[in-house]
Amino acid sequence: MLTKVQPHLDMSGAEIRIGDAVFPSPFEAGLEFSAPARGPWNIVHTGMLVPQSHQIFACARGCLRGVILTAAEMNAMNRMSWVSLEENDLFSGKMEQDLVDGCVHILEQMKRKPKAVLLFVSCLHLFSGFDFTLVLEQLRERFPEIDFIECYMHPTMRKSGLTPDQMMRQQLFAPLKSLPENPKSVAIVGNDRPTDPESFLCRSLAGNGLGVRDITLCRDYEEYLRMGESSLMIATYPPAKAGAEHLAKRLNRKFFYYPLSYSYAENARNQRCFLELLGLPEVDPELQIRTAEEALKQLKDVIGNIAIEIDYTSTPRPLGLARLLLEHGFNVKRVYADVFIGEEKEDFEFLKTNYPELILTATVHVKMRFSGKGCRTEEPVLAIGQKAAYFSGTRHFVNIVAGGGAHGFEGIIRMCEWMIDAFKNEKDTKEVIKLKGLGCESCLL
Amino acid sequence: MRKLLIMKQTARIISIYASDTAGVCSMLYELGGMTVVHDASGCNSTYSTHDEPRWYQQDSMIYISALTETDAILGNDARLVDDMVRAAEELKPRFLALCGSPMPMMIGTDFDALAMELETKTGLPVFGLHTNGMNSYLQGASDALCAYLKRFCTDTEKQKRSVNIIGATPLDFSLNGSISSIKTWLSGNGYDVVSCMAMESAPEEIAMAGKAAVNLVISSCGIAAAEYLKNRFSIPYVTGVPYGKAFADELLLSLKKAEEQGICFSPHTGRTVPDKGGISVVGESITASSFAAALAADCGVPVRVLCPAALQPAVLAPGDRVINCEDQISAEFSESEIVFADPLFEPVCPAGVRFIRYPHEAFSGRCFSGEIKNHICRELKREMFSL
Repeated sequence: MLTKVQPHLDMSGAEIRIGDAVFPSPFEAGLEFSAPARGPWNIVHTGMLVPQSHQIFACARGCLRGVILTAAEMNAMNRMSWVSLEENDLFSGKMEQDLVDGCVHILEQMKRKPKAVLLFVSCLHLFSGFDFTLVLEQLRERFPEIDFIECYMHPTMRKSGLTPDQMMRQQLFAPLKSLPENPKSVAIVGNDRPTDPESFLCRSLAGNGLGVRDITLCRDYEEYLRMGESSLMIATYPPAKAGAEHLAKRLNRKFFYYPLSYSYAENARNQRCFLELLGLPEVDPELQIRTAEEALKQLKDVIGNIAIEIDYTSTPRPLGLARLLLEHGFNVKRVYADVFIGEEKEDFEFLKTNYPELILTATVHVKMRFSGKGCRTEEPVLAIGQKAAYFSGTRHFVNIVAGGGAHGFEGIIRMCEWMIDAFKNEKDTKEVIKLKGLGCESCLL
Repeated sequence: MRKLLIMKQTARIISIYASDTAGVCSMLYELGGMTVVHDASGCNSTYSTHDEPRWYQQDSMIYISALTETDAILGNDARLVDDMVRAAEELKPRFLALCGSPMPMMIGTDFDALAMELETKTGLPVFGLHTNGMNSYLQGASDALCAYLKRFCTDTEKQKRSVNIIGATPLDFSLNGSISSIKTWLSGNGYDVVSCMAMESAPEEIAMAGKAAVNLVISSCGIAAAEYLKNRFSIPYVTGVPYGKAFADELLLSLKKAEEQGICFSPHTGRTVPDKGGISVVGESITASSFAAALAADCGVPVRVLCPAALQPAVLAPGDRVINCEDQISAEFSESEIVFADPLFEPVCPAGVRFIRYPHEAFSGRCFSGEIKNHICRELKREMFSL
C-alpha cells in the first residue's frame, strides 16, 4: 500500500529561474506543505534558552500538541505546562481568570519555583479581546519572586508586524533591567547558538578585554540578568535584529547590527564600523580575504563541479551564499526559499542579472510533497541545509540551521570546511533531519 | 499537606492527546484525497512530525490553508477556495476534505457552504468537517470516516464470513504490524477481510464495505462509522482488539455470534473490575479495555481501565473510570498497585506505584513509538510484565 499518489509531476509554480523571479516572494501563495526537516528551532526551543525558566502555553489542544511534544522530545517536560482552551471558554467571559487560576495551580504544585515563566497566549486570545496585561499583573502580584514574560504563539499574525519568531527573540530579553553600565561587557542578543569563538567578532571582543554575554552561554538566571549591564547590544541573526534594537533602546544602550554575510565588501564594511564603534584601531581585511579565498580554492579542489543546493533554513542569506559560490566557479543549481528577507535584495538582483539560470524552489508549495521522489534527476547533490537535503534526496549535506553560529570572513571559511566534510561523509538524512531543534537534546537518539 | 484543587484543562507536566484535525488527516491519509486544514501554521508540522509516522514513506496530500490575519478579519474565504481549486486541478485528488482549526471556529467559517462551493467548482466529492482543534483525534477521525463512507460506499451483495476492520489509524496502532496481524488473524479464522478503515486498504475495498457480514471496531473512532454501516447495510459490529490469546478467541466468538444473531457485542466490557488496588491501564477505551481483558484472561489478573475524558465516547466495563485531568489521574494512580500508561504519564505516578511503560502514539507522538509492541493474538504472560 505504500504507493505514490503522484509519481511524476510537473513542478511549474513550485520552481522558477531567478531570471524570471520577482523579489521578495517569487511564488504565488497557496496551500502549504510541511517538509519533514525538523532541525530549525521553534519558539519552545528558543524560550528554553532562558535559564531556570518554565513555559506555560495557553491555547487549543491542536496548538498545544506541537509545543508540548517539542518539550517532550527535548526531555524538558519538567519545564513545560499548559492550560487548554475549549470552545466554552471563548464565551464564558472568564478567560483571564481561568488562565490566572490555571497558572497559579501549576506554580503552586512546584516545589522549586522557576525564576521566570514564559506565558504564551494564542491567536484566539488576541481575536477575543483577551486582557493579557491584567493576567500578568495578577500573576506578578501573586508570585513577586517570578519574572512573568509576555509571549505569543500567534501564527495567524505571522505576516503582520513582527513574526512570532521575531517577537519571541524580543521577549526573550524582557526580564532584563538596566543595570549599571559595564563598559567592558558586550551582549550578543537573540541568536540560538553561540557565535563561533574564532570569528573576528568574538576574537576582537576577547582580545580587547571585553566580556561577551550571550544567552546561549548563560549558566543560570543571574548570569542571564547580568546581560543588562552590557554597554553594547549586538545582533547577528536577522530575526533577532528588532528585538536587540528594542532592548538597546529600552536599556539606553548602543546597538550594532553585524549580520552573517558571505560578501567580502559587507564583512569588511561591518568590521570597520564595529571597530570604530568600540574605538579600536582599524584592521586591514586583506589577510582575512586571502584566507577565505584559499578555503574556497581548497573546497573547489575537493568537491569539483558537484551540483550544490542551498536552503533558507541553513542560513538567513542563502542568496548571498549562492552568489559567493557561483562567483568562485561552483555549480550552484538551486536555492530553496519561499520568501527572501530584505537584506538579500542586492544579491537577488545580482544573481538575476548574472546567473539567471539559478533555480529558486519553494519549500511549502503543494507540489513539493512529491519533490525528490521521482521528479528529479539522479545527479549527485551536495546540499546545504536539511530541507535541501530532503528535497534533493542526497546523503551529503551540511547539517546546520540559522547560519550554524558562523560569522564574518571566518563564517565563509567555516562553510568551506563544512562543505568538504559533507562531501566526504554521508549522513543518514532521514534520521538526522527528523530530530527537532538541531543541537537540542532529543529523546529519539 | 494542603489538598490541591482539581483543575480541569490544566497540566503541570503531562502531554495532551492529538487533536481532531490530526484525526481527520490520519483517517484520510491513505485514501487518495486532498485534506486541507484551514489554519495559519503549525497544524501541518505538528501533524507531520508527531502524529503521522507515514509522512516520510508514503505520499499523501495533507496541507494547510495558511490563513492570515487579514483573511481572518475580512472573512476572505475566496482565497482558500481558489487555492484549493488550483491545487486540485494540479494534483488530481480523488476527493477534497476541508477541516478547521481554532481560528476558523472563532470567525465562524461555514465549512458546509465552502464544501458545496468547492464541489461545484471542482466536480470532486468534497467534505466539510467541523473540527476546531479543541477536540480529540477520535472525534476528527470518526467524523472523517463517516463522511467518507457516506460518500463512497456502494450498495452490494452480502458475503458470509466477511468483515471490515474499522478505526485503524497509527495514532492508536502505530506502525508496528498490529493492523497486518489483525488481518492475518481474521483471515486465518476463515474471514474474508473486505476492508480496513483506514490503513492498508485501497479506496476501492472500502467502497465495498457494505458486503461485510460483520464489522470489527478496533478504536472508538470507528463506532460512528460502524453505526452508519449497521443502519445502512444491517451489519452488526463487535468492538475489541484481539490482544492476547484467550481474549482473541473470545472476540472471535463474538464476531461469529454477531453475524449469526445480527446484534452487536463488546466482549471487553464483561471484565470484573477491581474497586481499587490492582492493575490500571490508561488509554483509548476499546484498545485499553481490550488489553485489560487480555491481561485478565491470559494472566488471571483483574484490571481497571482509566480512560482520559478527552477520549470519549468510551466503551468501558462497569467500574472502569473516566479521568478528567492531571490531578485526577495522579489520584487514580495512587489507588493502583501497577499502572500501564504512556511514559509521559510517569511523572504523575506516585512513588510506590509500579509504572509499566505502555506508549500510545496519540499521546506521546513518536517519542516512544519504537517501544509499542504488537500484542495481537500473542499470549500475554505474567513474566512479560513481571506481574
